[in-house]
Amino acid sequence: MSSIALPRERTRARSPYVLGGLAALLLAAALLGLGCGALRLGAGEVLGALGRWLAGRPAQGDDMVVLMLRLPRVLMAALVGAALATSGAAMQGLFRNPLVEPGLVGISAGAALGAIGMIVLGGGLLAALPALLGSFGVALAAFGGGLAATLLVYLIGRLRPGMATLLLAGVAVNAVVMAGVGLLTYLATEHQLRDLSFWTLGSLGGTDWVRLAAVAPPMLLPVLLLPRQARALNALLLGEHEAALLGFDPARLRRRLVALVALATGAAVAMCGVIGFVGLLVPHVLRLLWGPDHRLLLPASALAGGALVIAADAAARVAVAPAELPIGVLTALLGGPFFLWLLLRTRIGEAAA
Amino acid sequence: MNPPLDWRMDRAPRGLLEARDVTLDGGGRRILQGVSLRAWPGRLLALVGPNGAGKSSLLGVLAGLRRPSRGEAALDGRALADWPAPQLARRRAMLSQNVRLGFAFRVEEVVLLGRSPHGERLRAADHAVAAAALAAVQAAHLRGRSYLELSGGEQQRVQLARVLAQVWNSADGPAWLLLDEPEAGLDIAHQHLVLRHARSLARRGYGVVAVLHDLNLAARYADEVALLAHGQLLRHGSPAQALEPATLSRVYGLPLRRVPLRDDDGWLLAPAP
Repeated sequence: MSSIALPRERTRARSPYVLGGLAALLLAAALLGLGCGALRLGAGEVLGALGRWLAGRPAQGDDMVVLMLRLPRVLMAALVGAALATSGAAMQGLFRNPLVEPGLVGISAGAALGAIGMIVLGGGLLAALPALLGSFGVALAAFGGGLAATLLVYLIGRLRPGMATLLLAGVAVNAVVMAGVGLLTYLATEHQLRDLSFWTLGSLGGTDWVRLAAVAPPMLLPVLLLPRQARALNALLLGEHEAALLGFDPARLRRRLVALVALATGAAVAMCGVIGFVGLLVPHVLRLLWGPDHRLLLPASALAGGALVIAADAAARVAVAPAELPIGVLTALLGGPFFLWLLLRTRIGEAAA
Repeated sequence: MNPPLDWRMDRAPRGLLEARDVTLDGGGRRILQGVSLRAWPGRLLALVGPNGAGKSSLLGVLAGLRRPSRGEAALDGRALADWPAPQLARRRAMLSQNVRLGFAFRVEEVVLLGRSPHGERLRAADHAVAAAALAAVQAAHLRGRSYLELSGGEQQRVQLARVLAQVWNSADGPAWLLLDEPEAGLDIAHQHLVLRHARSLARRGYGVVAVLHDLNLAARYADEVALLAHGQLLRHGSPAQALEPATLSRVYGLPLRRVPLRDDDGWLLAPAP
C-alpha cells in the first residue's frame, strides 16, 4: 500500500469492478473448460451449443459433448472451487491466520476415513444398495465422515473458550483419524487401494448432471451464506474480545462458520476427492491484491476459486490426453511453489498472524 | 407507579455505570472481591493499583465482557447481561491492552470497524466519523497507510480512534469509553494528548473509565480515582483523597511522597528519599 492518503470511497467504489472482473475471468475459464479436452472446440462452437440448448433448438454436431459431458463437469469445477476457496477464506478469518486450510477442523481427514472405510469395509453394503445409491456410497460415507470429524473437533474445542482449543482439537482429531486411514490402507486389497488412491488424489472425472445436482445444494448454500458473516469476520480479525465488544457473538459466529465450511468442504471433498491448495492459495492471493476486508474477499474468493479449478481441470484433461492427470496433483504441484514464492516475496511479519 | 421501580430509577439514573458487589473468580483464584463502584457520565474515573490488583478485570466486568461470579454490572440501572449486544456496543466502547491485528487493513478500514454496531452498510456519515476520530488522536495523516506498517504507538492511536468512532455521537444516551492503559507505548506528548482528549470527552458528557499505571497522569487528568489492591476497592474519591501517599506506599510496597510543583498548585508522586 502506498503511503499517500487515498480517496475515501476507494473500497466501496472498487468492489463492483473487482467482482465484475473476476466474474468475467470465471466465464472465460468456463469457455476454456468447455472447449478443452480430447475433442478441441472453439469458443464459437461452444457458444453455439449453449445457445441452441438454451433456445430449445435441436442439438447438432458436437453439442452433446459440450452439454452432457463438459458442462456439468465445468459447473462442478466452479462449485468445488468456489466452495473450497470461500471456506478457506472463512477459516483463515476465524483463526486469524492466513495459513489455515479448511481441512484444519477435520473435514478432509474425516472424509478420507469415511471414504476408505466404505471402500475397504463396505463392499457388501455397497452391493446391497440400489444401483443409484450405491454409486454415491463412497461419497456419502466421505461426507458423513467429514461432518462427524468436524463435529467432534467442534465439541472438543468448545470445552475451553478461545480459538486455540479448537485449533489443537483439530490437530489431535486429524492425527487420530489419519491413523485410522493408515490402518484401513494397510488392510486394503490391491484393487481397493487403486480406488482409494484415485479418490485421495482428487478428480472431477465421471461428473454428470445427476452427481452435480446431488452436491450442488450443500456447496452452493454456504457459498451464498458465508458472505453474510463478512462484517462479523472483519471484527473477529481484531480478536474475540474486540468482536464481542463490537456487539458480535464470537461463539455463535464460530458455530455458524464451522457448520457452513463443513457442509461446503465436506460435499466438495466427498464428490471430487482432495483438491489441495485452492482453499489456502486463493484467499491469500486476493488478500494481497485487495486487502483483507471479507465483504469483498468472500465473494471474490468464490469467483476466483471457481475459475482456478475450472482451469486446473482443463489442464488436467489436456496435459496427458487422452488420459487425465488427477487434478489434486496438479493444484498441489503448481500451488506449492507459487505459494512459497508469495511468502518469500511478502514480508515475513505480514505473513504470520 | 409501582414503588420498587421508582426506587430503582432513583438509585440508577440514566447513564450511570456501576459495579454492584462484584466478585469475580477465574483460573482457580479470586480476582475481584465484593467491588462496588459507581461511575458517572461527564467524569473521568481512573482505576489505579499495583500489577494484578484486578484493574483490567474490573474494566472487563464494566464492559460486559466478563460475567461476575457474584454481583453484577449495570448501565442505566439495567444489568449488562440483559442488554442486547449491538445496543450495548453503541453505548460503550473499550480499548483493550495489546489489540493484535495481523491483517493488512488500511488505517481507515480499522477505524471503520468501530462503526460495525451502527448498521449493515457503511454510510457517508460513518466515513465522516472515522475521519473525525482519526483527527482527534492526531492520526489523520495515517488514513491510507497499511496498519501493519505503523509503529506500535501509531497502532495504539489508531485503535483508540476505532474505539472513539464506535460511540461517536451516541444518540441513545451518555456513552462510555473504557480504556485499558490507553497511554501504554505512547511517547510523553501523545500520553498527554490522549488523556487530555479523554478528559475533554468527559467534559462533553461521555463517561470515561481508564486503567492507568502512571499515578501522576491519574492525578493530573482524572476527576476521580479508584485504588484497587488484591481485588478489593481500597479508596474512591478525588485524586487528592484517593492518591494518599501513606496508603499508596503500603499498597505498592514502595515509600512514596508528594512533591509540590512550584508554579502550580499540583503535586507529583515520587519515591521518598
